[in-house]
Amino acid sequence: MSAPVDRQRPRVGRAFWAVLYRDLYVTSKELPTFLAQVILQPLFLLFVFGRILTDLGYAQEGYAELLFPGLVGLTAVVTGLQSSAFPLVIDFAYTKEIEDRLLAPMPTALVAVEKIVYAALRALVASALMLPIGVLILGSIPWRPGAAPLFILMVILGSLVGSAMGLLMGTSVPANRINIVFSLVFTPLLFTGASQYPWPSLDGMRWFQVITTLNPLTYVSEGMRAALVPEVPHMPPVLCVGMLVFAITVIGWAGMRGFRRRALD
Amino acid sequence: MYRPGAYVVTERAVEVENLVKRYPKSQANAVDGISFSVPVGEIFGLLGPNGAGKTTTVGVLTTRVKPTSGCALVGEVDVTLDPVTARSMLAVVPQRNNLDRALSIRDNLLFHAAYHGVPRPEAKARAAQLLDQFGLADRAASKPEFVSGGQAQRIMIARALMHSPMTLFLDEPSTGLDPAARLFVWERVRALRERGVTIVLTTHDMDEAAELSDRVGIMDHGKLLALDTPKSLTRALPGSQTLDVTVELAGGDLAQAVKAFQMLEGVENVETVDDDTSEGCLRTRLYVSGEASTLLVPVTKVVTDHQMNLTDARIGKPTLEDVFISLTGKALR
Repeated sequence: MSAPVDRQRPRVGRAFWAVLYRDLYVTSKELPTFLAQVILQPLFLLFVFGRILTDLGYAQEGYAELLFPGLVGLTAVVTGLQSSAFPLVIDFAYTKEIEDRLLAPMPTALVAVEKIVYAALRALVASALMLPIGVLILGSIPWRPGAAPLFILMVILGSLVGSAMGLLMGTSVPANRINIVFSLVFTPLLFTGASQYPWPSLDGMRWFQVITTLNPLTYVSEGMRAALVPEVPHMPPVLCVGMLVFAITVIGWAGMRGFRRRALD
Repeated sequence: MYRPGAYVVTERAVEVENLVKRYPKSQANAVDGISFSVPVGEIFGLLGPNGAGKTTTVGVLTTRVKPTSGCALVGEVDVTLDPVTARSMLAVVPQRNNLDRALSIRDNLLFHAAYHGVPRPEAKARAAQLLDQFGLADRAASKPEFVSGGQAQRIMIARALMHSPMTLFLDEPSTGLDPAARLFVWERVRALRERGVTIVLTTHDMDEAAELSDRVGIMDHGKLLALDTPKSLTRALPGSQTLDVTVELAGGDLAQAVKAFQMLEGVENVETVDDDTSEGCLRTRLYVSGEASTLLVPVTKVVTDHQMNLTDARIGKPTLEDVFISLTGKALR
């Protein structure tokens, strides 16, 4: 303890990696819980909507094909959102565990960035797991040569937009309201994101089509369809990417502001 | 107060100038224009009741609270302009347990070191040494979920020391601790000072402030009322002994009685202490130049002459609490 302290500028990059490593380390210690958390929801959605409804004849042949890309997008966004929002709410309201990291020699905003990166990594894993789950439940999943670049880009953007939304929610909602806010945000988010239906098919229901454009998930679902099932009418991928980059920037900025407000008095 | 040590880089470990903090939606300033500086290697105590602004002051110094105006430096680094560098030089032991419950006790220490860029082998060695020193070695692998207040405090101090901070901030270090745990914390704090670490602590416990601090700043309502060594602060009070007289009013006139106390020989000063003890009772403190015991009889006479009942009389030496009372007219607790 008597080692002399170097007075050079603290190495911010190292602090960032250490903080990210802490989250990855904790996740690795509770891997089964993590997997159950991320797999269960898409598993059931895929099974009920993709398998049961089509097998029973309530959904058309081929619905599973169009549902699958939407569910991958949904998984990316929802997992990202849950992975950043819930821990932040608990941290800021009760455990204050994050305080030690807020005192690490790095800008406060970088701690927020770490939260987004970590949540997005979880979302990436969850989305990737959707491929084997899809094969398992549906027998086959829509894939075509050349789908990979846009598919990967959409998974990344979807994970990031979800994580940014989680950061904003986790820092702007007081702990005692989180239940209400989650149910008020979550259900609409699930069903207005064009995951279960292609966006252009809403032409006949203009008001709902307009509402869905407010949900970032819509652009993820549509971009996924452009990648995996291009024969289904979909939004132009360029528009999807543009809207998502815009959403990530705006929501991420607002979330970072919220984080700073919670972190500093 | 300058003490040579391993960390001597600057003369002043902490400097605060005209610091003001007003929280949004608040009517008054939580910290209301305070200034002080702490030389390297000193134990500096901020003493005051809850809500005096001590924790806010420490919050500003530890980069967690944005000041409304004024200036705060830690190791000559402005905490507002360069919080990142400031954080690398300081450590905080908060009032509340904020240990990472997802990590074991040892990992709490190791990850803290990692956040601060301490190389892994060095961190491991230091963690082993600190766990041993703090009597935590046998519990190092368990999670800090069910530890006692005293143990949590130990772990947090050990954690804070992992990156060899130059200045250590302790917020109410012994609140809620049993006497043994409290003594342990005091010992550690003194040992750190020997190594040249500067300590800034807040407390509402006058014993702690007097026992531990080289200098004490007394705070109330966001203002720094006095700042000196505990000895000088008490010495500045009139009289060499105190006589606390508690009376039951029973319809008598206290103001008249106080006047009569002041007329007694050997009484330098009289203060009414505003501490909400039992109903209908009031405490006055007499600062006495000679032997306080010689005043017991005359005081009793004054009390009965003014149709009041004497319920308690106590002789003491002036303490930091008396300093606080003389500054604010109220008791610390």
